[in-house]
Parts: sequence; C-alpha cells; structure tokens
Amino acid sequence: MAFVSSGYDPENPMQDRITDIGNRYYGDFLPPVIKENFGQWQWHEILEPGILMHKAESGAEVYTIRVGGCRLMSAELLREILDIADKHCDGYLRFTTRNNVEFMVDSKDKVEPLKQDLMSRKMEGGSYKFPIGGTGAGMTNIIHTQGWIHCHTPATDASGPVKCVLDELFEEFQNMQLPAQLRISLACCLNMCGAVHCSDIAMLGYHRKPPIIDDEWIDSLCELPLAVAACPTAAIKPKKKEIVSERTGETKEVKSVEVNNDRCMYCGNCYTMCPSLPLADAEGDGLVIMAGGKVSNRISEPKFSKVVVAFVPNEPPRWPTLTNVIRQIVDAYKKNADKYERLGEWAERIGWEQFFEKCGLDFTHHLIDDFRDPAYYTWRQTTNFKFTDSFPTEYSQMKVE
Amino acid sequence: MTKRETPQLDELESGPWPSFVSDLKKQSEVRHQNPHQFEYQIPEDVVDDLMGVLELSYNEKEVHWKHGGIVGVFGYGGGVIGRYCDQPEMFPGVAHFHTMRVNQPNGKYYSTDFLRQLCDLWDFRGSGIFNMHGSTGDIILLGTRTEQLEEVFYELTHNMDQDLGGSGSNLRTPACCLGESRCEWSCFNTQELCYQLTQEYQDELHRPAFPYKFKFKFDGCPNGCVAAIARADLSFVGTWKDDIQIDQEAVQAYIGGELPPNGGAHAGRDWGPFDIQKEVIDRCPTNCMWMEDGKLKIDNKECTRCMHCINVMPRALGPGKEKGASVLAGAKAPILDGAQMSSMLVPFIPTEEPYDEIKELIESVWDWWMEEGRNRERLGELMKRQGFQKMLEMTSLRSIPQHVQEPRHSPYIFWKEEEVPGGFERDLQDFRKRHQR
Repeated sequence: MAFVSSGYDPENPMQDRITDIGNRYYGDFLPPVIKENFGQWQWHEILEPGILMHKAESGAEVYTIRVGGCRLMSAELLREILDIADKHCDGYLRFTTRNNVEFMVDSKDKVEPLKQDLMSRKMEGGSYKFPIGGTGAGMTNIIHTQGWIHCHTPATDASGPVKCVLDELFEEFQNMQLPAQLRISLACCLNMCGAVHCSDIAMLGYHRKPPIIDDEWIDSLCELPLAVAACPTAAIKPKKKEIVSERTGETKEVKSVEVNNDRCMYCGNCYTMCPSLPLADAEGDGLVIMAGGKVSNRISEPKFSKVVVAFVPNEPPRWPTLTNVIRQIVDAYKKNADKYERLGEWAERIGWEQFFEKCGLDFTHHLIDDFRDPAYYTWRQTTNFKFTDSFPTEYSQMKVE
Repeated sequence: MTKRETPQLDELESGPWPSFVSDLKKQSEVRHQNPHQFEYQIPEDVVDDLMGVLELSYNEKEVHWKHGGIVGVFGYGGGVIGRYCDQPEMFPGVAHFHTMRVNQPNGKYYSTDFLRQLCDLWDFRGSGIFNMHGSTGDIILLGTRTEQLEEVFYELTHNMDQDLGGSGSNLRTPACCLGESRCEWSCFNTQELCYQLTQEYQDELHRPAFPYKFKFKFDGCPNGCVAAIARADLSFVGTWKDDIQIDQEAVQAYIGGELPPNGGAHAGRDWGPFDIQKEVIDRCPTNCMWMEDGKLKIDNKECTRCMHCINVMPRALGPGKEKGASVLAGAKAPILDGAQMSSMLVPFIPTEEPYDEIKELIESVWDWWMEEGRNRERLGELMKRQGFQKMLEMTSLRSIPQHVQEPRHSPYIFWKEEEVPGGFERDLQDFRKRHQR
C-alpha cells in the first residue's frame, strides 16, 4: 500500500490550491430531452407504479422509472447503476430527495426493456437491487440517517430498521393503494440530522440514560468547559471528585463534571464534545414512533409529527416490534382514511383518541407533552372529545391502581 | 467472501427491499479481487471491518464510533466530519473513518462519467462506500483516513471541478427540488437560484462565521418536495400571484372519466368514479371553487394556492403566470425548545436573475443573526427570543396580516417611545399639580 500523491504538497499547501469553486453546474448533467424542454413541461401522468410520463409543450415526452435505492451504497453498486444508465438512458440519471434513483428515457418503447432489466437484477442474498415504485398514493423510500454504521450518538441503527420496515411494507412501495402519500423517515437520535419531525410516520432513535462519567480520564481527554457548555439544558456542571484510580488503586482528587439526571434529555451533545461522557446503553436505547406530520401545504397546513409510541426496544437484526407497530398504523390508516387524507389529517378528523383505538396503540403518560411552553398547546382546551371503546366505564377506573 | 462472520447482519439479506448488507459483502469481495487495479490508499479490509463494527453493534446494541474532533482540509472549517472507531485494534481498517461531504449538483442529475470518476477516486482513496445522498443533500463519501483528506480534496478540485459541501457552523449545502427541469408545477427555476446562491456564498459555506448551522432550501411549489418549510432556516417556496390557469375542455375530460385524476396517483385502488364535487370542490380548503354552466369557476382572490385541485387535475389546471416565491424563516429540528417550521417572512418575492432582492434579504437576516445570535442558536430560536417584529425591523420589512396565522393573544404590547405622543419623559411637578400624593 504505497502512498500515491494526488499532487498535493503538504509542505506547501497553498501551491496550486483550488478552493471555493462550489458544485458542478446542473445544466451540464441534464439528459438532452430534459435540457431541451426545461421549463416547458405541461403535465404528467403515472402510467403504472414507479413509472412517470411528463409531456412538454413541444410534444416531447420523458419517461421516468423510479427505483428504491439504499442511501448507503457501494461504488460497485453505483457502477452497476451507471452501466444501466449508459445502456438505456444515454449516460444520465438522477437521484430523488428520498434516495430513489430515477432512470429517464425519451420514448415509450425504451420503457419495457429498461423495466425488465431493472427488475431482473437481484442481490446475491436474494433481494431486489432496483425495485420499481415509490410514486403516487403509496409509500416511497424511507429517508434516514447513519445509525450504528457511522454516527457517534445514535440510539439505534438506521439502515437495518429501515430495511426491515421497507421489507414489511414492500407492497405499499410497489402499489398505489393508500389514501394518499405515506412518507416514513428515521433519525437515529433526537438531534435529527435527518429531520423527521414532519413525517407521516417517523422512527426516532432515543437514549433513556444520562451519560456515564469517566471521572479519571475526563480532564485529560476533554476540555471541561466545552463539555459543560455543550449541554442544551444546563444539566452539566464542573465538580471536583475523590475517586479510586483504576490505574494505580490510589485515592485521588480529580476535576470532573456532575450531571443533573433530572435535566438530561439524553441528546449526546456532551459526548460530541467529550468522549468521556458516553451515552450508549443496550437497555436504555431504542426508538420513539411519531405520526401525523407532513410538509406539503395541500388541503391542510404542514404539521408536526406527534409521539404515538414512547418506546420500542432495539431488537436487531430484524426489529420485530418496530415493524409490527408501524404495520398496525399503516393498516388502520389504509382501512379507515378517506381518499386524499394524509395520515395526520385522518387522525385529526377522527380525533387522536380514536387514532389510538383504531391503531391498537396504548396511551401512556409519556405521550402527554411536558417540555417547556409548547406543551400547553397540546393539552385539550375544549369539552369536545369522543368516548372511545376503551374509555373507563366507571370513574374509579380513572384512578391509578 | 468477507473476512468476518456476520450472522446478525446476514439476517438483513432476506426480504425484497435492496439489502445494504448484500451490497457491502459484494463491495468487500470486489475490493479484495481488485479488478480495477487500484493501489488502495486505505486498508483493503475497510469494508470487512466496517461490517465487523456493525455486527458488534448488532450483538451489543451499542455504537462503536467516537466523534472525530478537528480534521479537515486546509483553510476550510467544514466539509469533513471526523470519525474514529472505539475498537481500533479489533477493526484497524476503520480506525479512522472520516466522512467527506461533496456538494451535489442541484436537482441531483448526473452524467455517468462524473459519477464513475467519483467511484474510482473513492475506491482508490477511501472505503468505496457512499451515501447517495446525505440528509442535507450532499454526496457523502463515507470513511477514509486523515492523510487522505487533502489528497481527495486536491483530486476533486483539480480533476473533477468539484468542491466540498458545508458542515459545522457554516452555511450548509443548499438543496432544491428538481424544479422546472421536469415539473410543470415549479414556479421558479429552483436549480438556478440554488446554484447561484451556492456560488455567491462559498465563503460562508466553507468557513464557519455563524452562530450555528444555516440552511437554504428551495421548493418549486407548495407541495414541498424538499421539505424546505420543515428543514431550512430560510425556506423558499414557489407560488404565484394571479389566477390558476384552467383548460375547461380538460376539466370536462376529467369529469367524463377520460383522464385519470391525480395523474394516476390513486390508480392502485378502486375509489369509484371521479367526482369533481366531492374530490375537488368540497375538498378546497377555502371553498373558492364551483361549477357554473358546465364550467369550473375559481374565485382566485380567495385561493390560498394549496395545490390540491392542481394535483388532482394536472392537465386541466396549472399555477398562474405571475410566479415567484414565498420566503419563510426559522425551521429547525427539535433541539432544544421543540421543532419549528419556518414562518412567513416575505409572502412574494420575484425570482428573476440576478436575484439581488433575494440576496439583500438573506444578508440582512444574516447581519441580525450574526450580531445577536448566541453560540449554537438557530435563526428560529433567535426569532423566538427577540420576536418576529425584531426580524421585520432588521430586514426593513413592513408588517402585514399575511405574516400571522392570527393576531396576538396577549395585549402586552411593548410600545416604542417614539410611537407614543410626547415620549416617555414626563414632568412630575406638572403631574402633581393635578394629583396629590
């Protein structure tokens, strides 16, 4: 493994340096039919799940085949995608915001061979490489974050649970049988570098234990003021402690920190600044399930997702509880919502008390908001509510046992 | 074959959805065979070790990565995310596993030549594993060693004309929907605006000078395919001022069942024959549509442009002709005070080149935020702390009812001294002439 220089000279980093050139111009990467009809598209139609046709004023047509992709992708698989694009699409392709891959051709007769080619390719383990779908009133690809494969603060994996949920709901990706679009997403901790707070269904990795403090090492591995300042709830303060040294067995005084456990929301920002405050814990970590958000302005305003299941444990490798709960929610939505109703619109129309009943979900105290000002606006300031089947028949049943 | 047993991960090879585990195994196999004859610059076992770390996490249900501290390329304060494994002896191939963010072309169209060159570069100098794409929009090069960072950057800039994206307290890589390139609903050229602002603000993108991260996103219409309103500190969403364009013949074709409603989006299920009254007119949130003498009528002054009717009948209805964008401000994920969506700042702004008004608006928002924002305070949080009125004042914008969902609930108005006749200074003696102690 001999080092091969790119031409960069570490002794003279400014030599021939090119900076601030930004991204490549999008116009250089457009397929000819797209370039020629830019801004001149008139209408579109979904010919079958995963296949769109856009018609331009010129009469030109572009046929798009959308396939589900893994956001985590190897160069080898990407090369195969490029080979397909060379073979069928004149050397162009695009990716969607939700990690799908789109192959575009400029006439209808090119669709069928491309379609056959894509569906015939399988991974060695047996899964599809390029399943066609993700359009219209169905589920599209699940967007997600890194998880255990690359992040330092995840409370769950990302690619794994996403694969399991997509396997479970695969027919909803391939068909368009839902009342409206279903957007599912996963963020592996509450920092949400993949914003999942406005999704129809969101899976959110969540820690439930404050950081462990590595008292003996923290002062040599971290800048304590940075660790203190990193905490968004001011739960960390400097603290001198007397400890028994792991290295020497002697009792000694060290500079460390103290965590106010009642204030900790387990975000991991302290661990980002300081590796002596690790958070991960097999029993503590798992997922929150949220539902009813959307970003589209269609019919009703954009909505935040709401927490509907406070905790699902991490169950690698197949996350059965997680996939079952999401299946329950999707089935109830599919069966009960009206045409065009997004999941959150349906829940609001029938009322959240009905939502829990229809989805077969328990309501626990964790689901009542208690975090700062926004909490108040989620309580019920009206006498309008529904008596659901599970409503206590006697007042005594309202009492905690 | 990978060099490690991964019984847990192997369970993720079954099922119809593309298996990233099968993909990683294949990548490992090809890396060992090396058909492209790369002189690998990081360990050949990198993929095996990556799978090994993941398998360990699947067994223990705990993560094995540490944050990477300060790594990057000379002169930039972003674009590289440092990452180290906390079991480097067990997994030497991924002892360093830094990420590089590569600023994607807007709309995410590619030529195969470009991506093939990137594949070769990343197999040669990194793990050969990508994210296509990261949440913000960049191409993510997942995993290389510290000494390769400058080499990759040099090759990107010299051989591919390509720069890194943003991270840290920078402008983050701007992103847009595919806009006019392939969508009839886009109200402006999202790609061009995104591209020009990316170019204009290269310094902000690469060198951290902000209190925290800052994101732009550009949606061509209120359907919001890149979720600008939920994810961007400044969200640009295409809209129009004049009347929805109607083709009455096509309306009749929808009513007559000749055209599939929703562009066929609901075709997988039998929802019964299309009913324009029930599905369009009664669903209109402002009740601004009706049928009259066999024609669809719209009271456009009442329309809020939610896109529903246009989505349902794409061949009959379209956005108006006087197009531009709404600009909303302050979206962010829940840390800390709860999630925020962007709030309406400019209901309509022209979106014509050279975008001077847009740039002026952006810079006035930045001036305020950079002056007043606390460390790690997003724009949305500053808006909450100092108030929406303050943002209007700092951006020299007039307040109009379109700014609010409803007027304020509390009557505790903080009057400015100059707004009250005579000001706040008063003469006590004069007061006491009229009022005894």
